[in-house]
This record gives sequence, structure tokens and C-alpha cells, in this order.
Amino acid sequence: MKCDICNKEEATVHLTEVVNDKVTKLHLCERCAKEKSQQMQAHFGLTDLISGLMDIDPQINEEIQTAGPQLKCGFCGMTYYDFQKNGKLGCGKCYEAFSDELSTLLRKIHGSDRHLGKMPFFDAAESNNRETLNRLRQEMDDLIKSEKFEKAAIIRDRIREMESGETDKGQNGS
Amino acid sequence: MDLNGLINQKSEWLKGEGPRSDIVMSTRVRIARNLDGHLFFNWANSEQRSDVLEILMKALGKNNFFKPAAFIRLKDISELDKEFLVERHLMSVEHTRDTAYRGLVIGDKEIVSAMLNEEDHMRLQVIHSGFNITEAWRIVDEIDTSWGGLLTFAYSNRFGYLTACPTNPGTGLRASVMMHLPALEMTGQIENVYEAISKLGLTIRGFYGEGTEAAGNFFQISNQVALGHSEADVLDNIERVINKVIVKEEETRGHLLKNKRSETQDGIFRSYGTLKSARIITSRETIKLLSSVRLGVDLGLITDVSTSSLNEILLLMQPAHLQKINARELNPHERDIKRADMVRVRLGNG
Repeated sequence: MKCDICNKEEATVHLTEVVNDKVTKLHLCERCAKEKSQQMQAHFGLTDLISGLMDIDPQINEEIQTAGPQLKCGFCGMTYYDFQKNGKLGCGKCYEAFSDELSTLLRKIHGSDRHLGKMPFFDAAESNNRETLNRLRQEMDDLIKSEKFEKAAIIRDRIREMESGETDKGQNGS
Repeated sequence: MDLNGLINQKSEWLKGEGPRSDIVMSTRVRIARNLDGHLFFNWANSEQRSDVLEILMKALGKNNFFKPAAFIRLKDISELDKEFLVERHLMSVEHTRDTAYRGLVIGDKEIVSAMLNEEDHMRLQVIHSGFNITEAWRIVDEIDTSWGGLLTFAYSNRFGYLTACPTNPGTGLRASVMMHLPALEMTGQIENVYEAISKLGLTIRGFYGEGTEAAGNFFQISNQVALGHSEADVLDNIERVINKVIVKEEETRGHLLKNKRSETQDGIFRSYGTLKSARIITSRETIKLLSSVRLGVDLGLITDVSTSSLNEILLLMQPAHLQKINARELNPHERDIKRADMVRVRLGNG
């Protein structure tokens, strides 16, 4: 099989792309595949994908960006613009510093911006149980409203478990 | 445990055993965790990266799940060794770069391992052979719980476990199942699987994970969504989908045997013949032929070789493994010759 791009060399690399649920196959020789992969990295890295979800062009002049309202993490010094450029956060505290912006982004990626899984040991054992219980009750109400009963039942069970004081063994929140 | 010892050791995930090992080669479950109060790897300076590495090396050293274990600082090992570890699915390609403060801890039989200072401070993984999500998660969960007060992870009530990339927070969980789907590929139905899976919050990747292509009809199916679902939900979803894909592959294999018996047999035995006779063979051709022979074993057409031996050849025929076995650097042409030799010997036709 000849390479789909240069049509000269033997195709040794076979790429499958899924774009908007449409599947396309490309058969490339090693040289064209390398070029294509560099292009793809340059034009469609994960950073760009995330920036795309944030509706921000990473190529936009830094001056324009920095002229806008500046969000900055007080712990690690990362600005929201840094995050838009890198696609990665600087530390755990960034999640609080950029919480509104991140919520929108996380809903686009995961369809949700609220954790429903396991909690670490310290969290369940410490006195913020009440806060967690409130959060869980709120989530259960939301799920019942949207008729997601199976998930609501999982949360109901966890609330019961916490209320019955079994939380200290309950690392496994699922 | 030392790195060179691994070459003679059989990874657990290659055993060719476990539930549905005729279609599912291996199951991997990993979680991403970061230390509270420390900058994420990409944003940290050298000193901060070094601190994190030392804290985690020490914590893992004390943990019973990592006794015995190999504790590797990536700056101390050769390029070839790094490639070797990637080929064994013990670390990512990303982890071979910028290695000054990166670490890898490999537990007994390579079932449990942890990449330190990859994108997140710790990526803990468990690999099992066959379709074994529940067991893989059980071990990951136990280790994750075992730290007690020793490690405090970055966590928020709202967003869950916090990770460097916004694709991972929440559970930080990714389950990947390596499937062998020759019948679906042969009959062109694999594209329907791609489409269905991408609509279910799952994704298909190649043999070496993110950014790699499928080879030899091996496909890695994993969850994409980590936030907003409990671990049980995420695992349950992927398990259900995999079960459906297994049934589809099984039905299609049955169809091939019934309606295209001669063609199927011909393809399988020609592949077997080539592997037993070739003098020069590329890795791409080897993986393709191994896939065909594996199908022959699953269908009961080939009985003088085991899935486990085929898995072992699949591992050993890779470039870094061939060079480690031969204890020297080999250029691609030399590798193709050594690969053909190794395959013939292992199939009893040396």
C-alpha cells in the first residue's frame, strides 16, 4: 500500500482519526507520518483542545490577554492566562482561584463539575462531615430532580452510612 | 529487585489467564494523586520537584504493597532501559523525557507500579491479565487507602482529587482494557465499535496508550470521564461496554468459522507458517501475524502453542527487549533478523 500523502513510499503507519464521530483512516509512510505528527502536535495538542473548550485562542497576543481581568492563584502564582497557555494547572489551590472558570470547563469535559467518588481519609474523619453531608444532600436532590434515581440511591446510601457514624472506615465512598 | 532481572521475568499481565483472556489481554486501573501543598510537576522548580520525589520514594519504601519493589530514578538509567520500561507498559512515553526528578517504582511481578513526577505527582497503576477490573480496582483502592496520615493528597469536596490536567480531577481514575478484536477488524465492524464507544464517554487507544495507534488488532478501551461519577459507576460503565464488545467479537468469530471456515483457517495457518519460517521480520508484521495465530489458538485450530507463549513473543519482539536480550545495540535491520530468530526458536522451529 502506497502512502496517502506522497504516494511514493510504502505506507507503514496507519492512523485512525475520529472527528465528530466520523472515522477516517490514513495510511502513511514513515517520513510523511513524522511530518503529520509534528503538524498535529503543533495544531492540535491537548493544550489546544482545552484552550478550544475555553474559547480562547492560545495564539492571541499576550498583551491583549493580560489587559483583561487577571485571575491569579495566591499559592503558586499561576495566572488564568498561564493555564490557558499550558492547559495544565499549577497546584491544587488553582482549583479554588479559578473555580468559576474551571466549573464551566469541567462541565464541558466531564458533563459535571462535582465530585461524586471516594474521599480521602482525613476528609471523612474530620469535622467537615457536616459540610460533606450538606453537599451530598444537595447533590441527591439535584439528581432526583433530574430523575437520575440510580445515582441518587448511591448517594442516599452514602449519607446513611455517614450518619450512622461508619465514616472512619469509609474511605471507599463509592 | 533490579531492572535487568525483569527481562527474565514474566509480567503478570502477559500470563494469558484470567476471565475472558481469549478476547481481553489485560486490564489496567490507575489513579492520579498529587501531594497537598506542593506545586504540580509542570509548574514546580527543580527543588520543589526533588522534594516531591523524595517524599514519595520514602513513603512507597515504607508501604507493604511495595515489598519487594524496584525503586528507579530515571536519571540513573539508560535510554534503552527507559524504552524497555515503556514496552513493558510500566511507564508512559512522556515519562522518558525531562527525567532529572522523575521516578518509577515497580512492585512484585509488575502488578503494581507507580510513576512519580509524571504529569501528576503519583500515577499508581495495577495491571492484571484478562478481564479483571474489579480485582485491579480493589488493589488500587487498598493502596490508596493504606497511606493513612502518611501522605495528604490535594483534594477538594467539590472537585475531588485535584490533578494537573482538567481531564483528570474527581476520581483521578482511568480503567483501560486491552482487547484483541481480530474478527471485528476483519469484517470492518470495528469502526462501528469506535463510533459507539466515543458516544459512551469511553475512548479507544493504541497498544501503548495515549497517542498511539492500534496494532495487530489490539485495542485499548478506557474511560474519558473522571468527574461527576463514583468510581463504581465509572468502572461499571466500562465493564458493561466491554462485555458487549466481547459478545460482538465472539459472534463474529462464530460467523467466520461457520461461513468462511476455509478462508479463516487459511489465513491463520499461513500466518503461523510465516512466523515459524521467516528469517527477517519487522515488528509490525510480527504483531499482525501473532494476532492471527492467537485467533487460531482461541478458535481451537492451533493447539501446540499457548496464548501465554504468544504474549511473551509479543513482548520480547519489541526493539528495546530484543536489544536487552542480545545485550547490545542493534540497528533496525539487525533487529528484524534477531526478531525472526527469536520467534522461530520460541515456536519450536529454531
